[in-house]
Amino acid sequence: MNAPEPKDAFKVVGTRPIRPDGVDKVTGKAIFGTDYKAANMLAGAIVRCPHPHARIKSIDTSKAEAVAGVKAVVTGADFPSVEDTIVRMGETSASTVDMAQNVMARDVAYYDGHPVAAVAAISQEAADEAAALIVVEYEQLPYHIDINESFKLDAPAINPNLKATGLAEGEKVSPNVTTKFPYAKGDADAALAGAAATVTAHYTLKPVHQGYIEPHACVVSWKPDGKIDIWCSSQGAFNIRGLTASFLHVDIGSIRVMPLEIGGGFGGKNSVYLEPVAALLSKKSGRPVRLLMSRSDVFRASGPAPGAEIDVTLGADAQGNLVGAKVEFVYSAGAFRGTDAMPGVMHAICHYKVPDFSLIGWEVLTNMPKHAAYRAPGAPQVNFAVECALNELADKLGIDPIEIRLKNAVGPGDPGMMGAPLGNVGLIECLEAAKAHPHYTAPLGEGQARAVACGSWMNYGGPSTASVSLAEDGSVLVATGSPDIGGSRASMAIMASETLGVPYEQINVVVADTSSVGFSMVTGGSRTTYATGIAVIDAANAVIDICKQRAAKMLDVDVSTIEWIDGEAVETGNGKRLSLRQIAEKSGATGGPISFEKGVSPLQHLPGYSAQICDVEVDRETGNVSVVRYTVVQDVGRAIHPAYVEGQMQGGAVQGIGWALNEAYIYNKDGRLDNAGFLDYRIPVASDMPMIDTVMIEKANPGHPYGVKGVGEVPIVPPLAAVATAVGNAIGKRMRDLPISPERVYAALNEG
Amino acid sequence: MSRIHVTTTVNGDEREFLCSPGQTLLDALRDELDLTGSKEGCGSGDCGACTVILDGEMVCSCLVLAGEAQGRRVETIEGIAEGSQLHPVQQKFLENAALQCGFCTPGFIVASKALLDKNPNPTETEVRYWLAGNLCRCTGYDKIVRAVMDAAAELRQERTAA
Repeated sequence: MNAPEPKDAFKVVGTRPIRPDGVDKVTGKAIFGTDYKAANMLAGAIVRCPHPHARIKSIDTSKAEAVAGVKAVVTGADFPSVEDTIVRMGETSASTVDMAQNVMARDVAYYDGHPVAAVAAISQEAADEAAALIVVEYEQLPYHIDINESFKLDAPAINPNLKATGLAEGEKVSPNVTTKFPYAKGDADAALAGAAATVTAHYTLKPVHQGYIEPHACVVSWKPDGKIDIWCSSQGAFNIRGLTASFLHVDIGSIRVMPLEIGGGFGGKNSVYLEPVAALLSKKSGRPVRLLMSRSDVFRASGPAPGAEIDVTLGADAQGNLVGAKVEFVYSAGAFRGTDAMPGVMHAICHYKVPDFSLIGWEVLTNMPKHAAYRAPGAPQVNFAVECALNELADKLGIDPIEIRLKNAVGPGDPGMMGAPLGNVGLIECLEAAKAHPHYTAPLGEGQARAVACGSWMNYGGPSTASVSLAEDGSVLVATGSPDIGGSRASMAIMASETLGVPYEQINVVVADTSSVGFSMVTGGSRTTYATGIAVIDAANAVIDICKQRAAKMLDVDVSTIEWIDGEAVETGNGKRLSLRQIAEKSGATGGPISFEKGVSPLQHLPGYSAQICDVEVDRETGNVSVVRYTVVQDVGRAIHPAYVEGQMQGGAVQGIGWALNEAYIYNKDGRLDNAGFLDYRIPVASDMPMIDTVMIEKANPGHPYGVKGVGEVPIVPPLAAVATAVGNAIGKRMRDLPISPERVYAALNEG
Repeated sequence: MSRIHVTTTVNGDEREFLCSPGQTLLDALRDELDLTGSKEGCGSGDCGACTVILDGEMVCSCLVLAGEAQGRRVETIEGIAEGSQLHPVQQKFLENAALQCGFCTPGFIVASKALLDKNPNPTETEVRYWLAGNLCRCTGYDKIVRAVMDAAAELRQERTAA
């Protein structure tokens, strides 16, 4: 692909127009997952297991069925078995056997909140009343919430059928290990033995939830002809379609998924929870069925991201050049196999040049909800440990933390994740910009301290489809299969406008249903503006080609004499011009309506990097930590709509700050989630935060016509270490366990 | 269970609905009056997505019983714009890209309007504390706070001009 045009060549790319769906969203008109209603719809309710691990001995639904207005009851026995196929979902993949069991327990419930039965009735009250009357007899089984307990060699097995992957021949491990992912180069032990300084430390993190504000919701109608309509909010309507078809043993083509507006996802709405259950309730009742999760259901049964136990050793020579690294971590998976161990290993040290290393990623089952992707899945945890250790190493060597990073940072041509040489990446530029930023040298107040950290995320491309068509008056209609979770309609409209040479306001973008546009992978993996953007640009270029042919016909000249300039067909010889509108108006007479649909699967994405500076203030009386200043520097490739790129940087950083300071899954002594609400699971609020300063480094990706790299995920990677190191600097103690709650800070301040 | 007949003023119009004794104002707005702009993010008063103005006071409509709306005035997100004329808070949210997914946005806009009705010249800190009951997971609050400050400035200018 040709190199992207220089930035000053753009007319629309890089501007900040109002998003196409904006008015709907500031006036309450936008229809989200929780807002949709179908005619004659029933209300559903799900019965959830109250135990962390239990065999289901019997389920008596008779009392529920007797409640007036109840139209259907389903349990695991109503679901077909599923074949073990792997479905690609963003940057992760997953077994559908696990996901099908996660949607509805069969013989065993694996966590507090695991669905065991469901009801549909003519009102929510009747459905809730009936759900409460379903009697489930459980035999409680041993369970593990703690990673270390589950990882023990003699730990009771959560799933006796589990087979670990990646083990050495004859290697003895806990029966709860799902995978071991080792990756090494050279002799890390020998390299570390020769280091001028080393740091060895252990780090821990608890599972945290994605925390989207919209609970999961869907309406499903299984019609007598076998066709199934699904209205839901998700990060991927095609993913919902494919998984629901897989779980229910129906053809993919019989399902049509209508994507509603999505109220946040962050990876947590790649998964399927409610749709197959609502589908079976609808099949049994013959009416559309709506299922909604409560906030407590969301915490108990969706998300979270893995907790972790991490050991790190880093070694450097006296000048601060890293000579060796050893990283070994154990991530929790929840009740079913997860996918974060491999990206954890890939992102552990890949942003630095380390000659000799040994990385081992483990994953173990725990009796928690099946973990889900969360923004740069697998990277923030291990990055927290490695970046904290690097800050400690810099202190030991008396080197500035940005300097030590600059000495070791990867650049174009250096080996990247898993060894392949890197393209036009911008970590070094991020670090230089952080160093030059006024924040880095600003004076600190009493009780305040500063730290930096950086991080990487691979980003992704993959399959997407877009269509571009012209209305009779020349209006441009763009349809994609990518749900708009944070402004992607605006970026698609900008790219279409730039390509076609017509004003932004003339572009109309919709997120189409699964029967109206070709397959598109989830909005996740920082892939949408990159991959779906390429589909839009390619389709727009194809429409230009069609328009040139039509213009040639209208002007009765050879098409080779027509050029496309500023949204018009121009005959090069005599300068005759035909506008898009003139061509569209005559399209019926020149060959038919003008439209083009393009499917793509680009993989020339490039990893993103971010360097972040954090100032904290610690209240020594209470242990409370306030983030008082924060700067995010990120290599964004090219910012199509800079305001929404800044928004990704700010939002990702604040999620990371929440992860560092407040957020954690807390289970009680009975293995039940104790903080399944926003009061006790405290995400950052406006009064916790300062303004989040942003610096966009635009190092264009040659693999995208306008230089896009993907920006959504990497900003959540560095904050954990930046905050933890800053707090440590403020109180003179290393903070190696997240969250850094006031209790922990207070204890650290007051221990001997 | 017998249902309660409620007459209330919603966005300036007199409305009637039947509700059950335990039904929340949020559910009545969404299910009985089809005003789905107010969202339920938690149902426990922690997220503010259901924020409405009741007799001039900002409340979480999930914490108010529908029956309590009898004879009172309710303003929801659907009533913030005047016809097709957006309120400055709405316009500044658009111009500042102060929304990403947009699910929390109605609650933020209603809460911000309630703030500016009382305090036309809030400091950044006052805005942040006023909005501390509204959760946004996407934006990190930066652009939201800027939008509210911008809207306040515009409203002050309008008042000076008037």
